[in-house]
Amino acid sequence: MAVDTPPATPAGQAGAQRPPAASRLRLLGSGDAVITFVLVLFLLVAALSVEGFASARNTGFLLLDVVVIVLIALPLTLVIVTGEIDLSVASTVGLSSAVMGQLWFAGLPLETVIPLCLLLGAVLGAVNGFFVTRLGLPSLAVTIGTLALYRGLAFVVLGDRAVADFPRSWTTWAISTIGGTGIPVVVVPLLVLVLVTAVVLHATPVGRSLYAMGNSEDAARFSGIDVGRTKFWLFVVTGVVSALGGVYWTLRYGSARADNAQGLELQVIAAILLGGVSIFGGRGGLLGVLAGALLLGSVRNALQLENVPADVLNIVTGGLLVVAVVAPQVAGWVRSRTRPRPAGPPNAPPARPAPDTRPSTDPAVQVPADQRGNR
Amino acid sequence: MSERAGSPVDTARPTATPTPAAPPTERPGRGAALVHRLVVVRELGILAALLLLVVVTVVANPRFLSGQNVRDLLISASILTVLAAGQTVVVVTRNVDLSVGSTLGLSAYATGTLLVTAPGTPVPVAVLAGVVVGALCGLLNGVIVAVAKVPSLVVTLGTLYAFRGIDSLWASQSGRLQINAADLPDGFKAIAGARVLGIPVLFLVAVVVVVAVGFVLRSYRSGRELYGIGSDPDAARLSGIPVGRRVLAAFVVSGALAGLAGVMYAARFQTLDATAGTGQELFVVAAAVVGGVAIFGGSGSVYGAALGALLLTTIGAALPQLGLDPFWREAAVGALILAAIVLDRSLSLRLARRLRGRNLRGS
Repeated sequence: MAVDTPPATPAGQAGAQRPPAASRLRLLGSGDAVITFVLVLFLLVAALSVEGFASARNTGFLLLDVVVIVLIALPLTLVIVTGEIDLSVASTVGLSSAVMGQLWFAGLPLETVIPLCLLLGAVLGAVNGFFVTRLGLPSLAVTIGTLALYRGLAFVVLGDRAVADFPRSWTTWAISTIGGTGIPVVVVPLLVLVLVTAVVLHATPVGRSLYAMGNSEDAARFSGIDVGRTKFWLFVVTGVVSALGGVYWTLRYGSARADNAQGLELQVIAAILLGGVSIFGGRGGLLGVLAGALLLGSVRNALQLENVPADVLNIVTGGLLVVAVVAPQVAGWVRSRTRPRPAGPPNAPPARPAPDTRPSTDPAVQVPADQRGNR
Repeated sequence: MSERAGSPVDTARPTATPTPAAPPTERPGRGAALVHRLVVVRELGILAALLLLVVVTVVANPRFLSGQNVRDLLISASILTVLAAGQTVVVVTRNVDLSVGSTLGLSAYATGTLLVTAPGTPVPVAVLAGVVVGALCGLLNGVIVAVAKVPSLVVTLGTLYAFRGIDSLWASQSGRLQINAADLPDGFKAIAGARVLGIPVLFLVAVVVVVAVGFVLRSYRSGRELYGIGSDPDAARLSGIPVGRRVLAAFVVSGALAGLAGVMYAARFQTLDATAGTGQELFVVAAAVVGGVAIFGGSGSVYGAALGALLLTTIGAALPQLGLDPFWREAAVGALILAAIVLDRSLSLRLARRLRGRNLRGS
């Protein structure tokens, strides 16, 4: 009696009735614009009041610190837009770093090691994708599992050793800057990747389909999108990019360790959510994510310059994350106090045959009209 | 992530009792009996895995089951068990509390500080203080989740950072970066070694917590309502369940139990700094998931979670005995999580098929 759910729940319909299309005004108030504004404001204030913040040297440090976060945030944003999540990214960084160290230690040239690491990343991502799309398991649970598994394997591969004798030419390249500007060289390829991702997400049918999936997986499927395959390849790409992050991390610090980038997934996800991407999928843009990552990075950087202890940085990071998600809710509440809104439970299974993928309960989904990839 | 209401089978996952559509008052029909049997099978499965592991380890090293070793194992498991019990309460409501590790650290440090600065504090007061600190952390989480209606994954990710930051800020500002065993009063330190009938007191505490939480979840209306909320928040609200209040209470319970775990941590390790409990959230969630608590709420029992905690701890203790590198532990935990969710999935699919067949026959 109890346990049989009819294949169509009312929530499925609720997801369909979105508010009317975005007006320009709405766009101004969207997460992207707000976070970008906050970032610009913060950069101005910090440049004026924090000594040394605006120097070329410091800019270099700041950018170097956010490179890997931005890099991994690119594919992970796409994953979150589809309503999934990948918590295993930092463990993939760790495992690829450990494997890179071990292979280099075994005498392979880096020209061979790096492609192998990227291949490994693809396999790790494919494992996630297989569990999520083939077996229909919730990505949250799957990637908590692989978070532990990949990190554990990293320790199995390298133990608590560190491999540090990478060729100087590679490690200096990783932190070299463009002329005297202080801007790291790697920012250039990173920008190319950002552009590619932005184009894919905001200007191609594939990108559109990601938002469609995030808003209603069923609607997406009915409109002919191969949801499973798209998500599978997204996980693969996330794995490859995370492995690339691992390679870069290893070169940048000149050290391959199994515990490299431990806990980085939290920072990446914090940056993405701060950038206005909804954890429920279907909403958010890459500009916001970029601004979110830079904001987190520059807040930490400015506080460090002010000699604020590292402990406070954690409080600020955590506080920013909470504020970032509470603020839109409060704004929405102020805007429409009349409508009683149910609580947004955080998680739900991305069960493939789910009849209803966009439940009505999330206020964040109902309020914004500009889900359609606000640029 | 996405807070999808779930596929037809999701509501049919093995639950201690069925979903809100079958309120506890309803007399258990064959469907409920079927579900109940599945839960028992699921928990027996963990128990079997645990036994298998113990047997294999004992064969490899007979001293694994020596009295002291077993006692150490139970004490280690008890902290994780208490955390997992609290996590279960939150997870069945389709929420998650990632801040438990940081809450544990904060509470452990608070308890330690209290005992160092006021050595005359009676032990029960110190325990209470730790629990209250944890409950306050849980209250903050719960208020943000229930009142501001923000996904708990994000909120507790934020407070994971924030509580840890407060903890280490406190430790560095007070000039007491580390609290050592020598600083703690003897009465408190005695807890770690105390036994009743040969059973460590810390383990008994965990058992009491599990039984109490299990009883409330199973037999109290408010406990049943937590499952209802997790199965379908909208339906729960429509059926008159005060969803916000229940979720808030769940977070307070989780926080308070994390606080208790902090006190237990302080009593057991007696060396405290601001890093106590770092990364525990992974193992806590893992224990619950391995124990059959569905990550998207509505099903699972605290007994399963407790068995999961025991299993994870035993794996950690057994690896060195089996001659395996302790580095394998985390990998094993990850593999176990994946195995557990695959198993749950196939069980729930089969259950859904069985129940559908039953309905078709027009029961």
